[in-house]
Amino acid sequence: MTITDQPAPTRHHDAARFTRAALGRIGRYVFIGFVIAFFALPVLWLVTAPFDRAPALRLSVPEFTLRNFQVLLENPYALRSLWNSVIISLGTMAIVLVLAALASYALSRVRVPGRDLLLYTLLLLSAIVTGTAAMVPIFVLITELRLMDTYLAVVLVMAGGLLPAAIFILKDFMDNTPKSYEESARVFGASSLQILRHVVVPIARPGLATIAVWGVVQVWGNFLIPFILLRSPDQFPAAVVMFTLYTEGGQPNLALISAFSLLFSIPVVLLYLFVNKRYGFRFYGGIKS
Amino acid sequence: MPTTSPTDQLPQGPRDSAGPLRRQSKRRLDPDAAGLGRARASAFVAPAMVLIGVFLVFPALWTLYLGVTNWRLTGLAAAEPEFVGLDNYIDALTDDRFLGSLSRTFVFVIGSALAGQMVLGFTIAWLMRSAGKTMRGVVETLVLLAWILPASVIAWLWLVLLDRRDGTLNMILGTEGTAWLLEYPMQSIIAFNIFNGTAFSMLLFSSALASVPPSQLETARMSGARTLAILRDVVFPNIRGHILTVMLLVTLWTFNVFTPFLLTGGGPGQETEIFPVLIYRLALQTGELGRGAAFSLIMIVINLVIALIYLRVLRERRHT
Repeated sequence: MTITDQPAPTRHHDAARFTRAALGRIGRYVFIGFVIAFFALPVLWLVTAPFDRAPALRLSVPEFTLRNFQVLLENPYALRSLWNSVIISLGTMAIVLVLAALASYALSRVRVPGRDLLLYTLLLLSAIVTGTAAMVPIFVLITELRLMDTYLAVVLVMAGGLLPAAIFILKDFMDNTPKSYEESARVFGASSLQILRHVVVPIARPGLATIAVWGVVQVWGNFLIPFILLRSPDQFPAAVVMFTLYTEGGQPNLALISAFSLLFSIPVVLLYLFVNKRYGFRFYGGIKS
Repeated sequence: MPTTSPTDQLPQGPRDSAGPLRRQSKRRLDPDAAGLGRARASAFVAPAMVLIGVFLVFPALWTLYLGVTNWRLTGLAAAEPEFVGLDNYIDALTDDRFLGSLSRTFVFVIGSALAGQMVLGFTIAWLMRSAGKTMRGVVETLVLLAWILPASVIAWLWLVLLDRRDGTLNMILGTEGTAWLLEYPMQSIIAFNIFNGTAFSMLLFSSALASVPPSQLETARMSGARTLAILRDVVFPNIRGHILTVMLLVTLWTFNVFTPFLLTGGGPGQETEIFPVLIYRLALQTGELGRGAAFSLIMIVINLVIALIYLRVLRERRHT
């Protein structure tokens, strides 16, 4: 099927063109079908197995039951890990939010020499000093600080990695908020912390919400940092417990794993839907492991 | 790194330098509406800088020192690490495990990031332009889902998919009993990483394709150009910058990805021991922290090189 230079379309030419178009269309649908299969097949299990009376590795139409979630609720270890994930995510998010808000506000309102250079350098650093690349120094540092096996270690390391990008994004928001309110508040004698709390924060709320959601999503699924910094199983967040459930010896308890993986996944899916609806989706690197 | 980060806005000279000029212009330009002042501003910035300094900058610098010691997790060298100079680096150059891991990482990055995520992401973005709304919604949701689910859940789902006895893949292909993770370990983690990361390329290429002038596409189509010709002559020249951006970011992230460990643990043997997994096994499982730190530094330097190329590309894009 080569393109010919015939001046007028002949019947033969039309036929070739028609075949080509038909083949193209078929090829396209086959490809799209393949893409859907590739991305849907692994996830199907996550949707069916948790509700199956006898969850197995083999995909099947579930005989509906909620018993697997009963199994999950009765397993203190699994349930606690979800709670640990909540603590670690919210803790990191709180630190990132407060420190980034303070820093970005100050950097937005006061001219510090070399400010932009500083911001870009930090951003560059957070992109190249990833959790993976820096796991050895981070591990040794936390050992030396005697913070091994504490939430604090995980929270501080995660916050350190997320802060540069958070400050960067928030400063953009702060730059675009009107300054007249702050001026009037100042005329009435408000202190700068008061102004920040009662004037700036309400205005910058969409930006703060974005950072909060982004921070939680980054931490919630993170595996490596808690995996190397935590020792006691009752401290593990869900990401690590999920891994131990299927790697540590014996037959994996499929009732537990299926319900657990679904419950563990739901928050990020909900947060994603929320962000997508409110702001449209944006994405950033930071610590990704 | 934000995908949109402009990078070369250095502060512009006199505006920032102290002097009589500043005092004059300050009254007019001062954005400090809340009357923060330098001192309080510094106090606001300091806590964040301390945290970044201790847990991001310091570890990076510390690898310089750790990498020239024989620091170990346990034993004598744990109590009193000795200075060993460049031994760790020299050993690495002759170490089969290191070199093997580096070449595997190369295959992994080329296969899963460039050939996999980018090509698949672009193709999906291209095909979805002309697809119906429902089809587009279904495909994009699935691709995004594979991206946002926690990595340890995705790894488990792939273990189910590839399982030897009851795996979905064997069921569909009729290849009963094939142990994919043992027989095709590298192919498996490449496919796994394509599954996990294609969303980013897809999203970025979708928005890039939206910026291609429809009139140019229309003209090309009217004159009877075939799809490949349209891509080559109209689409690619228009989105060259985006392609480079995606290429560098995806390469950087894939190089730093640890999730294949969740699927194979680096095995069987060392067949899926990509660089991050090598560092983990060597430093934290075997306890050779000094050598691990040397490898960490090599990794940070490679990251830096990729990031600097990225910044350069961005700058050139701005100037043209």
